[in-house]
Amino acid sequence: MYPQTPSQTVGPFFSYGLFFGGENILVKDQTQGPRIILTGQLFDGDGVPVKDGMIEIWQPDVNGYFNHPTDPNQAKADPNFAGFGRSETTDAGTYRFDTVKPGAIPSNDGTAPYINVRVFARGMLIDAVTRIYFADEAATATDPVLAAIDPARRDTLIAQREGSKILTIYRLDIRLQGTNETIFFDA
Amino acid sequence: MINKILTPSIDWAVQPPYLHPPYKSTAKRSPQQSLIPLAHTISELTGPVYGHESVKEGDSDLTTNTTVNGEAIGERIIVTGRVLDAHGKPVRNSLLEIWQANACGRYIHKVDQHDAPLDPNFTGAGRCMTDENGEYRFVTIKPGAYPWGNHENAWRPAHIHFSVFGTDFLSRLVTQMYFPGDPLLALDPIFNCIPDNKGADRLISSYAHDVTEEAWALGYRFDIVLAGSKQTPFE
Repeated sequence: MYPQTPSQTVGPFFSYGLFFGGENILVKDQTQGPRIILTGQLFDGDGVPVKDGMIEIWQPDVNGYFNHPTDPNQAKADPNFAGFGRSETTDAGTYRFDTVKPGAIPSNDGTAPYINVRVFARGMLIDAVTRIYFADEAATATDPVLAAIDPARRDTLIAQREGSKILTIYRLDIRLQGTNETIFFDA
Repeated sequence: MINKILTPSIDWAVQPPYLHPPYKSTAKRSPQQSLIPLAHTISELTGPVYGHESVKEGDSDLTTNTTVNGEAIGERIIVTGRVLDAHGKPVRNSLLEIWQANACGRYIHKVDQHDAPLDPNFTGAGRCMTDENGEYRFVTIKPGAYPWGNHENAWRPAHIHFSVFGTDFLSRLVTQMYFPGDPLLALDPIFNCIPDNKGADRLISSYAHDVTEEAWALGYRFDIVLAGSKQTPFE
């Protein structure tokens, strides 16, 4: 293996280099599937909102397909859904994405729908990898990755549904440290 | 069928820890629980795909991409290099985004209140795609060092922030490129967070006389190697 280039913190000043507008909107008019808003707050170890953080997500389309050549189902993937978004946190530490609820990736092991997440911030020398699952998906109870995690900490990965009939909101806070620290993965 | 493997893509001998006490902001922003090993599935072995439409012509020249009424001020430089995957193969059509302070060490960000002038003709942000050989090239202004509040008389060495996408979710990298011979490197807790000294050395660009253009700009080379699945790729 080639020696990796080390990571360095994104620092406090990334906004004008990485955000030009619309990076947190994954849907277009033609995108297939019901829209959701995915939101939550990013907190540090004292429970203080991280107001200079960045969340990136990577997810399949409404049917569980990725628009990427490594996915054997790429040909069936929604051409109007790229699957990637980034959101800078607000002064309240809030991130937000306008996206579609992902379908489960085809599997024979009960894999539930989820979204891959990377968390970046000043004070993080390397980003942290986590996932977002959905409380109202039956497969969330059987997903093999969730099943291998301490049940007491499993909820840190599961977004709860909120909202009215016209707006579906899923909320999950991300805690970098301390009580209810989010599960982070060694990907 | 993609094999599920539990070999992490990240080499923790080379990558920084979350908690690095000399960099004080890590104290409350570092996860303390053990990371959970994650088998690589299709969601890790895919990632965002960018086309050349993602980048406009001229985005890679920071000396001209936001000029208002004159030329960007400072020492003009060329920064070029290759993006390689974990197996040493060039990463083609990879999106690079950079941002940096101006020649005076000032960022055009509302939070930056360093008492140094802004340059109306230099924003300090640029983008480009790698070519068929995995090569990228930016033209910019050499950034200045600037003070920060981490400790007494703390100064960040001159650096350029890099955001890089590889071929999949595992290969995402955000890092900083430094300049050779900078005396501030030895004093910087962010640069010195890397457990392996050779790893830290890979964050320092090299002066490249073959890149330097006569009577116009100095050249620096900065190659980037991304993490990735340790599985041998299918050919």
